[in-house]
Order: sequence, then C-alpha cells, then structure tokens
Amino acid sequence: MTAPLVEIRDLKVDATTDAGRRIEIIKGVSFDVAEGEIVALIGESGSGKTTIALTLLGYARAGARISGGEVWLAGKNMAARSERERAVERGARVAYVPQSAAAAFNPAHTIMDQVIEVTRIHKLMPPEAARAKAIELFRALSLPAPPLIGDRYPHQVSGGQLQRLSAAMALIGDPKLVIFDEPTTALDVTTQIEVLRAFKAAMRQAGAAGVYVSHDLAVVAQIADRIVVLKDGRVQEIGDTRQILDAPKHPYTRELLDAFRPRARAAAAASARAAPVLAVESLSAGYGPPRADGTPSILIVKDVSFVIEPGRNLGVIGESGCGKSTLARAVAGLIRASGRMLLDGKPLAQHAAERSMQDLREIQMVFQSADTALNPAKSIRDILARPLEFYFALRGAALEARVDRLLDMIRLPRGLKHRRPTELSGGQKQRVNLARALAAEPKLILCDEITSALDSVVAAAIIELLKELQSELSLSYLFISHDLNTVRAICDEVAVMYAGEKVEQTTPEQVGAPGGHPYARLLMSSVPRLDPDWLDTLERDPALVEAFSKR
Amino acid sequence: MASLASGLAMGGYRINWVGALCLLIIVGWASVAVFAPWIAPHGVGDVVDSDYFGPMTREMPLGSDYLGRDMLSRILHGARYTVGVSLAAVVLACGTGVTLGMAAAVSGGWFDAALSRFLDALNSIPSKLFGLVVVAAVGSTIPVLILTLAVIYVPGSYRFARALAVNVNAMDFISVARLRGERLPYLIGAEILPNILGPVFADVGLRFVFVVLLLSGLSFLGLGVQPPNADWGALVRENIGGLPFGAPAVMAPSVAIASLTIAINLLIDNLPRKIRDRDA
Repeated sequence: MTAPLVEIRDLKVDATTDAGRRIEIIKGVSFDVAEGEIVALIGESGSGKTTIALTLLGYARAGARISGGEVWLAGKNMAARSERERAVERGARVAYVPQSAAAAFNPAHTIMDQVIEVTRIHKLMPPEAARAKAIELFRALSLPAPPLIGDRYPHQVSGGQLQRLSAAMALIGDPKLVIFDEPTTALDVTTQIEVLRAFKAAMRQAGAAGVYVSHDLAVVAQIADRIVVLKDGRVQEIGDTRQILDAPKHPYTRELLDAFRPRARAAAAASARAAPVLAVESLSAGYGPPRADGTPSILIVKDVSFVIEPGRNLGVIGESGCGKSTLARAVAGLIRASGRMLLDGKPLAQHAAERSMQDLREIQMVFQSADTALNPAKSIRDILARPLEFYFALRGAALEARVDRLLDMIRLPRGLKHRRPTELSGGQKQRVNLARALAAEPKLILCDEITSALDSVVAAAIIELLKELQSELSLSYLFISHDLNTVRAICDEVAVMYAGEKVEQTTPEQVGAPGGHPYARLLMSSVPRLDPDWLDTLERDPALVEAFSKR
Repeated sequence: MASLASGLAMGGYRINWVGALCLLIIVGWASVAVFAPWIAPHGVGDVVDSDYFGPMTREMPLGSDYLGRDMLSRILHGARYTVGVSLAAVVLACGTGVTLGMAAAVSGGWFDAALSRFLDALNSIPSKLFGLVVVAAVGSTIPVLILTLAVIYVPGSYRFARALAVNVNAMDFISVARLRGERLPYLIGAEILPNILGPVFADVGLRFVFVVLLLSGLSFLGLGVQPPNADWGALVRENIGGLPFGAPAVMAPSVAIASLTIAINLLIDNLPRKIRDRDA
C-alpha cells in the first residue's frame, strides 16, 4: 500500500494576542488523506477547521504560526518549507476554493484570465492549451455556454456559477489536493445542489483528493468519503461518512447530529377571542423613486397578506432576493409600504417615524447579523439599558436589576455586562441582540434570519431559547429564514415566498407536499438530508428547476 | 517580557514607545504654553543682547534674534500662540464640522443637500484670501484669528465626518435605534460618534498641523499675531535674515514647529490601545 497523499502529524498552531500572550489554536491534530479521497473537516466556528486546511498550503493567518508538528503533502513537509518553496506548491500541487467566490475574483479582469493565471505563474502550459483546458473544466462543472463564459466579467455571472468557476480555477493546474473552504455556505439551497453536483463530478474526473471544510453535516454527507469532527482545536472523531452519521461514537458528534433534527414545537392553540397581534392586508413595498401611481419603481414585495394570532408564530421562507427581509422591514416601518397593517386591531402607521411610542415598543425587530446590530462602541450593559431607560424611564438600581434579569433570561452570565460586543462569541451576541428586543416587552418580534450566521449547535440552542421565552412571555414571532428545518422547529404556520409574492401558506408539515405550489415543492426537495446517497439519487423535475431558476 | 519590547501597558491600555515619546513632547509644549511667563528668563520684547543673531551662549541657550532679544524666551512665549490659538481654532472647527457632518448623514434629504452645497461653496474660497479680507475688515485680534481659522477648516472636517458617518449610518444598530424612536441628538452622540472617534482624532491632528501652518502664513503677511508677540511661524519669518549667518534664531523655531507637528501625527498613528485579552 502506498503512503497517503497527505499526512498531518501532531499539528500545532498558535497565535499571539494583543497582550503578547501565546494561545494554542490547534492542539495536536493528526489525520491522513489518501489519493483521490475527499475528507471533510467539520466543527463549529472557532474549532480550527479552516486553520488546519490552510496549513496544507503552508499558510497561517496573520498573527498565527505553525508551532509544531508536520504537514506532509506528497512527500514534502509544508510546515518546514521556506515561503519560496511553498509558492511552487501552491496552485500546482495544492489549490484552494474560498468561501466567497465573489470576493475572490478581481472584478476588473475577465474570468478566463483569472482562471488560467495559475498556468501562467507556474509555466505549466501555453495559454491556448490552458484556455482549452479551462473550457473543458467549465463543461465538467456544467456551466452554461462553456466556450463563452470565460469572456465575461465576474459580476456578469451568478453566485453559484462564480463558485463553480473558482473550482475551475483551482483544478486547472492539475493539483493533487483541492481545499474547499465552506464553498456553498453563502448559496441558496436550490443553487447549492447544482454546485455540489458539479464539484463532485469534476473532482471524480480530475482524480484529485479534497479537503472539504464545512459546518453543515448534511452537505458534507453528500461529498465526503471520510469526516473529521473537530472541536476546540482537537480531533473528536474520525470515521467514514456513514459511520459518523449512523453510529457516532463521540458525544460531540451526537450533539451535532441532534442539532440537525430540531424538535418540532407543540402547536399553540389559536385563541378565538383576541384580535390578531398583527394583520397585514395586501402589503406592497420596494425601493426607488415613486412612480405616478405612488408605488415604488422597484417593487420587492407584491400584495402580501397574513395574520399573526397571539402566541402563534409565522415562518417566512424563500431564497435570497425573494423579498422576505423587505417584508420584515416594511412591517417594522423602516421602509414605506402600501397596504393596511393592523396592530392589535388598531391601524398601524406605515413608517416608524409616524408611529406612537407604544406601537414602536410592541413590535421589535432582531436583525440577522449581531455584528452590525450591536454598537461595537458600547458595553452590553449600555446596549440593554437604553430601551429600559427610553421606554420605561428606569434609573439606578431598578435599571441594573432589570439588566441582570434580562441576562438571566437569555442564559448569559451577569459578568458579561461590562464586555463589548466584539469580545463575545457569535451565539452570545445573538442572545444579546434578542435581549435588547425583549427589554422593550414587545408583543411581536420580527426575527430576520437570526440563526443563519450561527453554527448548527448554537442555532439550535437559540431556537430552544426562543421557544422558552415564548411560553414565559406570551410573545409572537414573525420568523424569517431560508432554512426550512429551523422554521419547522418554531413556527405554527409557514409562508413560502417567491419573487416578492406569497405563493403558499400552510402548516410546517404540509410545505412542499404534492398538490402544493410547485416552487414550494422544489424548495423542499432541495434541502439536503443526512443521507450520503441523497444527492446521487435526487431526481428533480427539470421543468420545475427550469421554471424557477433565474440563473 | 513582551511588554518591554513593544511598549508600556497601564490601566488596561497599551502604548508603544513612539507614542509615549510623542505624548511626552506634546504635554511638554502644552505646559510651556501655560507656564511661559514664569519659566521664560526674559520678557518677550526685552532687548538683552548688544549684537543681533547672536550665537548660543550660556546666558542665551538659543542665541538672540534680529533685534538682540533672547530667542529662548521668544519661543517659550510663542508657544502660547502657536499651541493655544491653533488648538482653540481646531477644536472649534472640528467640533462644528463633525457635529454637522453626522447630523447631515443621519438626516439626509434636503438638510444634507443644502448644508453640503453651502460648505462646498465656503471651501472654494482660498483660505489666505479669506483671512486677509476678515482681518482687513475687523482687525487682527486673537478671537478674530481663532474664529477665522475655525471657519476655514469647518468644511473639510464636515466632509470627512459625513463620509465616515454615512457608513456607520448604514449599520443595523442605527436601524434598531430609529425603530426604538430615538431622536437626532442621541443618534449622533451615542450611536455614531463613538464609532468614528478614532479617525476623527486623526483628522483633528492633521487639521491642527494645517492650522499651525496657516497661522504662520498669516503672521508672515503681518495679519497674524501682532508684535512684539509672535507665534513660531512669525519667529521663523522675522529671523529669516539670519540664515546666511547660520544663526540659531532661524533653526530653533523651525525645530519647535517640526517637533510639535511631527509628534502630533506620530501620536495619532500610535494612540494607546485597549488591551482586549483579559486573561493575560
């Protein structure tokens, strides 16, 4: 038996903090990758999965360094080479596919020039041969019009296509190993399938080995032969994909799998007597200067109506660009909309500036990214105290006590009060983001993709928290997400949006059922399952894909 | 011993050696400006040397100027004008400019458009010419100088702060504050200002240097600080005749201007940082 292509032995990476202290990020990791094998590195953010993948390129991010161990790639120790020697390997023997292809392509050059750049740098083949090879790769990655797509600029193709083009860029130098760094995380589920299929086919054709970094077990299940489960810079479990999915040994692996199957919510009974918390009638909203009839020139949300009963939750799902976030912003009053909105049976002004203090207090919005939703210059205490001072005029000890209670409510230690948002983890920030909304004692919370930026285990914990809070505080949620599993876990009803219109509203179990709207069916069938055969056996109605594919 | 290699750590903040040195120079000049009458060996207009452009001696460490006055005393007194007038002008200019800039970014609409066009128009007036007209009209007193210098530097500061604030204004936490029903003063004071403070300080430092130079220029034209008092720019100008003799009277005020302006700029590049690593 020949030696494996990659041998990582007792790898250690450490980083220097701003106080000059060294902390170990990777604490002695060892694993192999055989020729032609795809190994997935899976774990939550901060587990070190990308850091390990980058050491295969002989690279450590600024402030970090490989402090111990060996990284053998095809008989060469990348950890011990000089920068010049590593440069010879990069692109030719080991290649990298980044998370965001949109950020990785230079918008000023054509795609073809960038795809064949590697062959020029390493003098692998003449430009004509490289172009021919690139077109072949475009075909293997099932890109449209392979001979012509290279002449376009990066902004002229879709996100899914760009991600496949970055794979072509990686494969052109015939590398022995390709590193995929969360390449489908930023894509819609309907697009993700095409990209995964294309990656799988192209890798098989090229016979290259792969290291696939992801936090999504279901995606990894489709593409990887083996899975390495990481946490806190240590390997928790290594095993075949099937063994990890069907018979996980390590408790952390089981936790990851559990997070993927959220418990469904016990549906709340609609109270017949009370007026709905929010009733929206034929709401339309958009951007741009108003046209003659008063509607915005670019209409994002078209004629959407729904009702949210007290204590019940409505989920809104759809791909990016379908108008679900715009819907939330219109309800919140951030943008002008036409149509009627009733809060507790009373008319609600369209714009936040025209609403009464009580209306503003009763509808709170929680934004997707806690990084931009929390002012980085303020302490957690100041962030939580402001709504209390503002709405309830709390001062002094009463204020501090209420801030403490809010922190208890979201299960954060009180000691975090004096920290800044940047010193908290992603999950902690999202909890603070939620606590600020709770501080206003609202009736309705608009949750805009609040778990999308979080790891599955952390996201599952947030969903559990939302459910607990609901039973304690008699809240309703308008829960917007592109992830059907999350919506199912918390909502009583689900609305499916496509191109600005609500195409279906039904119970979570019924979404995508035969007889429903075709787009809902397509969306449902595109959600990856924890089954290694799912992608290969998946049959999607080509007519459906064609009809709802803007790409 | 990493802290010795990279600077001083104190009270949760760390400053590197360059920053600490510059801070020392600035604090030094500021105290000179405050205590000048007490530490200067001679009065500002006293002729104490029978010769002009005298060399460095034990009695006059920086020599004498073109009238035989003690150069050290002239520079110590001049610090009041260079540091004091410039500081007052720059605080006024940047205070107004940054406040208006943030208000324009948050309000948008006609307020933003009108204010921006008005300040652009003000910006198009050459600064020396503007100073000339104002001084000719109302005379050269210290308050007039400060106000004139401030007006000249408001538009630049406004533009700078507005550009920064527009970016912060697009963040979700501003939307959250608007949805809460917050008014303009809170939005600009509590939400935006803390996030643009770093670059704003850098801008204040740069503008301070510009003001020092403009003040020197006005003094050169005889429109700035009036004799027998003089700011450092005026000291360079009045002693320029000593250049062929290699008189210390030309070199000393130039070095003073350079040390202050360079120290300010280096300090801004090396401001103390808060130590984030709490376990250290």
